[in-house]
Amino acid sequence: MNYYFAAEASTSTSRTLTITLFLIFVAITLAITIWASRQTKTATDFYAGGRTFSGFQNGMAIGGDYMSAASFLGIAGLIALYGYDGFLYSIGFLVAWLVALLLVAEFLRNSGRYTMADVLAFRMRQRPVRTAASVSTIVVSIFYLIAQMVGAGALVSLLLGIKPGVTFLGMDADTAKVATIILVGALMIVYVVVGGMKGTTYVQIVKAILLMSGALLMTFLVLLHYKFNLSALLGDAAAQSGKGDSFLRPGLRYGVETAGDAAKTFYSKVDLLSLGIALVLGTAGLPHILTRFYTVPTARIARKSVLWAIGIIGTFYLFTLALGFGAAALVGGKAITAQDKAGNTAAPQLAQSLGERYFGGETGGAVLLAIIAAVAFATILAVVAGLTLASSSSVAHDFYASVVKRGAASERDEVRVARIAAFVIGAVAIALSIFAQSLNVAFLVALAFAVAASGNLPAILYSLFWKRFNTSGALWAIYGGLISAIVLVFFSPVVSGSATAMFPEHDWHWFPLSNPGIISIPLGFLCGWIGTVISKENDSDKYAELEVRSLTGYGAH
Amino acid sequence: MTTDVPPTEAAKYLAVQQSDEFAALRKRLRGFVFPMTIAFFLWYALYVLLSAYARGFMGTKLVGNINVALIFGLLQFASTFLIAWWYSRFAARNIDPTADKIKAELEK
Repeated sequence: MNYYFAAEASTSTSRTLTITLFLIFVAITLAITIWASRQTKTATDFYAGGRTFSGFQNGMAIGGDYMSAASFLGIAGLIALYGYDGFLYSIGFLVAWLVALLLVAEFLRNSGRYTMADVLAFRMRQRPVRTAASVSTIVVSIFYLIAQMVGAGALVSLLLGIKPGVTFLGMDADTAKVATIILVGALMIVYVVVGGMKGTTYVQIVKAILLMSGALLMTFLVLLHYKFNLSALLGDAAAQSGKGDSFLRPGLRYGVETAGDAAKTFYSKVDLLSLGIALVLGTAGLPHILTRFYTVPTARIARKSVLWAIGIIGTFYLFTLALGFGAAALVGGKAITAQDKAGNTAAPQLAQSLGERYFGGETGGAVLLAIIAAVAFATILAVVAGLTLASSSSVAHDFYASVVKRGAASERDEVRVARIAAFVIGAVAIALSIFAQSLNVAFLVALAFAVAASGNLPAILYSLFWKRFNTSGALWAIYGGLISAIVLVFFSPVVSGSATAMFPEHDWHWFPLSNPGIISIPLGFLCGWIGTVISKENDSDKYAELEVRSLTGYGAH
Repeated sequence: MTTDVPPTEAAKYLAVQQSDEFAALRKRLRGFVFPMTIAFFLWYALYVLLSAYARGFMGTKLVGNINVALIFGLLQFASTFLIAWWYSRFAARNIDPTADKIKAELEK
């Protein structure tokens, strides 16, 4: 059997079917969005979905927000190409939820209202802290958005079967990618502008159900093929990869040992540690995840929703293990890299291969590919909507209402600004995504995690638990962490000076690591401490209020 | 949120914050979440460090092609589920009742 990409006939079946399924998803979610828009009257409806979701619903929606293109396409691709190292991502992404559960979710729900900044600015001077929080929210969200859009671009050329020299509707591969990115961007703007948090949350729930079902089906088929013998699957994956047992051990992608080059080996290992730290500390600093805790009525339900989320997300990552090794064994690394160098298309290619095996040849392959591709598009669309909502909320609620209008903006005004901001942020993300096509999606998300862990997490934890923390500390923590993370990324091999960089022809890199976390996260904490101790400001009355409210839920919105 | 708290409100919060009951609640909560955070972070760090520097150990095969690295990774999943369950049980028994009581007193 030929596992290289399908023959023309099945490509066209698949193409039509994917587009049909995707349009059905879009139609259903748009209907939900319009229904939600009729129920969206107040600012609380727009920002927090009216705070009426149940723990299970919000748990699903958190899963929907979190299981992004990075989790589905990126991790499966990394496992398929580099074996065990892809699994490191799953573990970091999951363990990270304990930080959110134990240290952040309930306190945030009790003391905040709509955005992350509500907690950061609680006992500080409003305008500077909200400005800083707004900036970091947007930066983190845009990093994350780029990752999703790159995933969409990679997917479209696989789906539409467009390769160099082939055209679809008169578009070549590059034009089709750009067209997809613009289409995805336009849809996400509609979801957010029209549906607000309520619409977006339902979109996440629908998407989470689709994604879990799709991943479960594929996992089942992979395991069925190996008669539920995990060892046989791993053995076949290792054999097909051509890398033997090392495929099942850490070290093919991260912490690579280069014989005779001690410095390179050293940096590669430190890069692995850096990635590990960024993954585990990033989640609790992601604005689009933090705002999810506001959609439930109480902190206790926020806790429940995190428990559900951990269960759903953990199960999903176990599926990706089967998907990744399954793709390595049944599709093969060569066929995957021929389609997408970074491996982002491994999961849909596996779907095609499984369909061919189980559902009657090429047509079956085309059908399963179409279904999984439509699920992946739904995934991307839902996540970008969540990100856009979080950042536009921050622009409106933190920057416009508190900084520009000094707290005197009407609710209607605020929501109107949030809708405008969604347009602008969507447009910026679309433009930036076009430059990042060569990067692995999971890897890009890891950068977003590093920025979130450096810029947001120190400020959040200090705010909640350190009595002495003050305005100066918050500003130092946010800007210090954010700027150090971004500067280090800019001078890293990710941006220039390597074959897979965003600008491969240029080389201005001097920072040896591709993930800045190991430097920028401690720096964020250090800056927060320095900023605090050099300022005399200390509002112990407000801290008493924050502490009492965050622990008891008194006065919660 | 951003509104100034009148002096009486501030005094109310300060009084609660300094009460023995609240101090005990805070101590119980921090006594669980801080050590637990350190514990799972160290456990995770051990996993990452072994992945970086103990490749031979991680590659040791246990059953068929299933090696230490895979089992160690799956144990991270297991410990995450366990800690989440443990925390929710702890909070329901040792945190929620006191928090509710203090909140009810404040709402009077």
